[in-house]
Amino acid sequence: MSALGMTKLTLKWALKKPVTRRYPAEPRRVIPQSRGLLTFNKAACVYCSVCRKKCPTGAIGVNRTQKKWAIDRLYCISCGYCVEACPKHCLALSTRHGAPAVTKDRDVY
Amino acid sequence: MARTVIPFGPQHPVLPEPIMLDLVVEDEKVVEAIPALGFVHRGLEKLVERKDFQEFVYVAERICGICSFIHGQTYCQAIEELMQVDVPPRARYLRTIWGELSRLHSHLLWLGLLADSFGYESLFMHSWRVRERVLDLIEATTGGRVIFGSCKIGGVRRDIDADGLRHLLGETAVLEQEMHEIVDVFLDDRSVRKRLAGLGVLPRDEAYLLGCVGPTLRASGVAQDSRQLGYAAFGELPVAPITRTDGDSYARCAVRCAELFQSVGIIRAAVAGMPDSEIAVPVTGNPSGEYTARTEQPRGEVVYYVKANGTKHLQRFRVRTPTFANLPALVKLLPGCDLADVALLVLTIDPCISCTER
Amino acid sequence: MSDAQTYEPLAPDALLARVRELCDQGWRLVQLGATPLGELVEVNYSFDRDGRFLNLRLTLAAAAARVPSITPVYWCAFAYENEMHDLFRVRVEGIAVDYKGKFYKTTVPFPFGARGLAAAAATLATAKPVAAPTTPPAGPAA
Repeated sequence: MSALGMTKLTLKWALKKPVTRRYPAEPRRVIPQSRGLLTFNKAACVYCSVCRKKCPTGAIGVNRTQKKWAIDRLYCISCGYCVEACPKHCLALSTRHGAPAVTKDRDVY
Repeated sequence: MARTVIPFGPQHPVLPEPIMLDLVVEDEKVVEAIPALGFVHRGLEKLVERKDFQEFVYVAERICGICSFIHGQTYCQAIEELMQVDVPPRARYLRTIWGELSRLHSHLLWLGLLADSFGYESLFMHSWRVRERVLDLIEATTGGRVIFGSCKIGGVRRDIDADGLRHLLGETAVLEQEMHEIVDVFLDDRSVRKRLAGLGVLPRDEAYLLGCVGPTLRASGVAQDSRQLGYAAFGELPVAPITRTDGDSYARCAVRCAELFQSVGIIRAAVAGMPDSEIAVPVTGNPSGEYTARTEQPRGEVVYYVKANGTKHLQRFRVRTPTFANLPALVKLLPGCDLADVALLVLTIDPCISCTER
Repeated sequence: MSDAQTYEPLAPDALLARVRELCDQGWRLVQLGATPLGELVEVNYSFDRDGRFLNLRLTLAAAAARVPSITPVYWCAFAYENEMHDLFRVRVEGIAVDYKGKFYKTTVPFPFGARGLAAAAATLATAKPVAAPTTPPAGPAA
């Protein structure tokens, strides 16, 4: 039973530099396997709509006749189901996260 | 003596999730506690009628943020049992590793909240600093810090390669050393011990009859741990339940601290014994029949009852989470304690109200 | 992992005696759950001992679902029985701690029971529809 355990801990961490990141001055540490923003390669897309069917939240919209692909950024949960399902591999999850938004925008490509 | 009714919650700085407890007090001593739920009720049990059973893994994972992986895993186990799917060995070992990582992060979170409930803010920050290391490890292996997105019916969605496993082992060694530092404070510090010892004693027979589960039950001396059922890789990596006999808040804290090191041991054993096989098997068709899957979440035994009738939507999906089972114990423990101890007692059963209310 | 799970159909009158038997044999109460199946409601009482899982099943008509409370034997069942009443409209008689419908606060009373489904559907019908993203609006492509 002692108070020394906490004293030792406090002194040790008082002498080190702070654990918290000075964000945004210090950039975010990127972990390569992180699931972030969905990126779309329009050149490879054939508008088969498999990604729209697989998306659990209904964030993706595909218009075959007009050749348009759209995503509701705030509905996307970065699960990666569409990435696995796409036969042409034109979808990928990047490591950076989406920017904060004040309106529910739809990105149309 | 005049009685006052003081509402504890639904919003309270010490509660991780909203629960309303009307405390009837007589001059700072609690006489009765009346709980009320429903503040985070999302009706997830009804969502099975809209989402088909394959998509529902996502919903099951999002029942709770702290215990999310094991929710997904239990759901997958229940459906796999209905459809008689044999999960490949590597997937079972990976699920075990992620389940134990989930337990580490949950117990570290709880230790921080416990310290916060009796005012030890710096210890709270230290616990969560160690937890950050676990979260980084989870992000490196699954891509997400809190919601793993790794389970699917038939196996797991992503693999951890040899480099990843090496990194995992290195980090667990550092984790163990850092956890020893804070656990020593929790268990040996004079002020912490004085605050926790003798508070909220739950005798062994009462704990069993009240239907308690998890560390709350094990701290009262009952060696009950759903991992003994042998799901995932626990058939090959047997787990001995950690028990204490005192049944007070200090015992519940000690059980969870010891479970931290037990989880690190299980992760090491799972990495050492990792078999080489595929990570998922394809699943076709629809489930039918009924089954109850039980696993051990950080808070105790979770029960998933699924009933299917051959269509792609389940007929019934029922989750009985451990906090719901520990609620009657809370209602029994609170009368007789001081008002200042209420926050502490509520936290010793490890409340996860978003699980309870689905 | 297939553990032994048994389902025992039972009539409501035999419930209390059977539960008392199980308590004397040292079974632990795991959960009480209700399953609404249209005209019927199934109420499951689950018990566990040494890894074995036993379920008692009562099948009742949804409109007049009434069960006796098992709180004289397992006091902790009051939480499950209050929940069954608040969500599924299964009337439980003689609960030791009865919150009289105030345990679960929901906008629609008895949301999972038979009449609750109709009330919830009515609430949804009058609510403003949210546009489901199916086709992107015609506009300049990025």
